[in-house]
Amino acid sequence: MTWLGIALIFWLAAWAVNVALARSRYHNTKPVRLIVPLLFGGSLLVLWEGLVRGLGISPVILPAPSVVAQTFVTSTDILWADFTQTVLKGALSGYAIGCLSAFIAAIAIDRSAFLTRGLLPIGNFVAALPIVGIAPILVSWFGFDWQSKAAVVVVMVFFPMLVNTVQGLRETDQMQRDLMHTYAAGYITTLTKLRLPAAMPFVFNGLKIAATLALIGAIVAEYFGSPTRGMGFRISTGVGSLSIDLVWAEIFVAALAGSGFYGAVALIERAVTFWHPSQRGRA
Amino acid sequence: MRSLLPILTVLGAIVAIWYLAVAPMNLRVALDQVERSGATVEPATSVERRATSVWRLMLNNSEHVSVGYALERPRLPTPTQVGQELWKTTGEMVLRGRALSKRSLILHGWITLKSTLSGFVLGTVLGILGAVAIVYSRVTRMSLMPWAIISQTIPIVALAPMIIVLSSQLGVEGRGLPKAIISAYLCYFPVLVGMVKGLQSPAIAQLDLLRTYGASGLQSFLKLRLPASVPYLFTSLKIGIAAALVGTIVGELPTGAVSGLGARILIGDQFGTPLAIWAALFTAAILAGLLVTFLDLSQRLILRRMGMPS
Repeated sequence: MTWLGIALIFWLAAWAVNVALARSRYHNTKPVRLIVPLLFGGSLLVLWEGLVRGLGISPVILPAPSVVAQTFVTSTDILWADFTQTVLKGALSGYAIGCLSAFIAAIAIDRSAFLTRGLLPIGNFVAALPIVGIAPILVSWFGFDWQSKAAVVVVMVFFPMLVNTVQGLRETDQMQRDLMHTYAAGYITTLTKLRLPAAMPFVFNGLKIAATLALIGAIVAEYFGSPTRGMGFRISTGVGSLSIDLVWAEIFVAALAGSGFYGAVALIERAVTFWHPSQRGRA
Repeated sequence: MRSLLPILTVLGAIVAIWYLAVAPMNLRVALDQVERSGATVEPATSVERRATSVWRLMLNNSEHVSVGYALERPRLPTPTQVGQELWKTTGEMVLRGRALSKRSLILHGWITLKSTLSGFVLGTVLGILGAVAIVYSRVTRMSLMPWAIISQTIPIVALAPMIIVLSSQLGVEGRGLPKAIISAYLCYFPVLVGMVKGLQSPAIAQLDLLRTYGASGLQSFLKLRLPASVPYLFTSLKIGIAAALVGTIVGELPTGAVSGLGARILIGDQFGTPLAIWAALFTAAILAGLLVTFLDLSQRLILRRMGMPS
């Protein structure tokens, strides 16, 4: 019970510190804005550790964070192989192909107002469908290796990306386009100098949505058959063979990869669309 | 209405491309079948054909291409085949009075819908509560919001098999609850973000006006912030319900579920019956469409009753 008590006390203390920090006049400074969420997350981990130890929960049900960390360190080679298979080969290549082809398709479609009107509602609709379900079909078409995972990712990210880019390309108003016209700018110049830059916030919105979808697609597709590596494979077999600590280590890698991926896209966004109101006023 | 014609055109184009794609996709299987029934195929054996490109095969065996449109286990079924399978497992079952038999997609759709709705309600309640906490308390905003964002970059589906095994070991009967947890996890975030935006949408002047009326905190919440957040809420709900459906289906995939649309997809995969997968997929898509449409209609209705432009 002492474990439980210590964890609870730590949690309450951390919360009290956070309240004090948030009420202090430093609440808008950078270190405090970083410390508060970190302390909150850390106290959750401590609470988890305390609950598992204090209540004597079997590691087969829920391993303590310390055990997971140990497994993580001792099995980095397995985790790295799975990471390459699922994230680098499956998710990233699918993401690149899907987003690029959607981007090109959007520019092509944008030339026809008729197609744009017809495609936007359908694209929005398809983006809301549970596309992950096509995974078994694509696995049977493209084989068990990463190509089929990339294909699932391509299909999943295509429509969100397409809809956002098409919408972004309509962002400029008539006045701006007329101005380009008086400069004697042709279609290509108008596109590259005016409309694509104006579309960038929307494009990055699509890229961010696609980034979270890509990992989901790659992992779910592995439930339908994969070579003997990959994060989805390891998770489903790990659950079966009760090596739950390895599964949690794998989930930790997935969380890290997902956050890193999303963070990278957000960083690029900040660099590209620094002029946009939502990015202004940030350090 | 102006966009009806473009939409129909695009839909028509998709169906046409689909029909055209069936021929090259199914050709090899079709030729194998033709060869086994004794007809002459060019080149003669399956091994030789593997080295030839599909387009060449189509040119040489143009009289056999039509076989690919009527295969029993096609790599790519035609829309007609999918439609027939869909009818066979839904409408026909109803006509024969077996709407809830185990082969009926109505039953499996209903099971998926139930988990989706309970997950959706759970996620929405959590999202709204979180948003209220975030808007009213600076501590929660500072500590919770970053983690809420990070939680969305974690592929929750990785957790799906874990949650299912965990809850079964904790003695939770059935798969309803774990599926609902997964779909709630996927749908709380859009609701949270939308509600935070919505609750903060009243201008300072409006809040000040209420203060001059001597309104209490609760009153200004109920009479100003909450109504102002409704349009944002509905926009988020439409995203949330689609996400909840994805969560339920993914929750039905791993570790041997027997009922629900996700389980139908899994079983269709294991038994090599592509038509069953396609029918389940289309049922899921129709379900998603109906749910989003329903929310869209209620949004319009409610916003009109509230006197807001929708």
